[in-house]
Amino acid sequence: MIAGLAFYFFAFVLIAAAVMVVTARNPVHSVIWLIACFFNAAALFLFAGAEFLAMILVIVYVGAVAVLFLFVVMMLDVDFSQLRQGFQRYAPLGGVVGGILLLELVLIMAAWRFAGEAEAFRAFPVPEGVGNTEALGAILYTDHIYLFQLSGLILLVAMIGAIVLTLRDRVGTKRQDPATQIARSSEVTLTRPELGQGIRREDIQRPLPPAPKAAPKPVDHEGGHH
Amino acid sequence: MLAIGLPHFLTVSAILLVLGIFGIFMNRKNVIVILMSVELILLSVNLNLVAFSAQLGDLTGQVFVMFILTVAAAEAAIGLAIVVIYFRNRGTIEVEDISTLKG
Repeated sequence: MIAGLAFYFFAFVLIAAAVMVVTARNPVHSVIWLIACFFNAAALFLFAGAEFLAMILVIVYVGAVAVLFLFVVMMLDVDFSQLRQGFQRYAPLGGVVGGILLLELVLIMAAWRFAGEAEAFRAFPVPEGVGNTEALGAILYTDHIYLFQLSGLILLVAMIGAIVLTLRDRVGTKRQDPATQIARSSEVTLTRPELGQGIRREDIQRPLPPAPKAAPKPVDHEGGHH
Repeated sequence: MLAIGLPHFLTVSAILLVLGIFGIFMNRKNVIVILMSVELILLSVNLNLVAFSAQLGDLTGQVFVMFILTVAAAEAAIGLAIVVIYFRNRGTIEVEDISTLKG
């Protein structure tokens, strides 16, 4: 009873948030509603017993993907009111296509049944007495290890691709150039100043200015008048 | 009536899918909202897979959802990077203006 009511509550909030994602005027609000969607979908995953995926959804989607969306929306200086034009024009077409699709899905679901022998074709039946996370790990690290590694590779390629796409050379930035540093001749040397005297101004070796001025004359204290 | 079964999950998932597709049609100009609609569609697919996995008692569906999540995260990162460089080059993110590759 309580579980049923909670399911309806989460499902209702999920769908309402999805409507707001699609129709919100401000894309920042869309992203916030998308985060609400992910939270409620995670709750629905919990109802289906997929605890690990629910946590993954919260951590990866809310923590990384939604924040990435938020970051990009706020970084781009787009005139969003201009992007809203044509909203009314496309709404009937979208409504018709969505309605037809929903009708088809309802028709399929009304006539669809599990095959009688579907239970016999299970590849990895849920083990008894083992938590969801442990059972998933036992499959993922043994039978699907190549696919698991491949998905890591996909993430690596996506990371490199995103960096390569958005990296740019700006003119005028100061940065280290290792090749110049290594190719530098030994004009600059270390000196060892006398103990207790420190270095004097003449000891500082530096590139000569374009119009070299005469070095300051060493102060002669012999026979001083002061 | 209040017992939760497969039809409940399938209904929620179907509505979510339709909303995602409706969002693609509604926001024809805003690429970022289109990407968010694609995320909604993928979420509905994941919900379907998890519901069937729970109903059948087969963990394959949940493994599949993990891979879908991975690919969707990669897709979001690449897509947003493309949006950023497109905006940097053209100063707009209107979908109808994206015709540079047409030749």
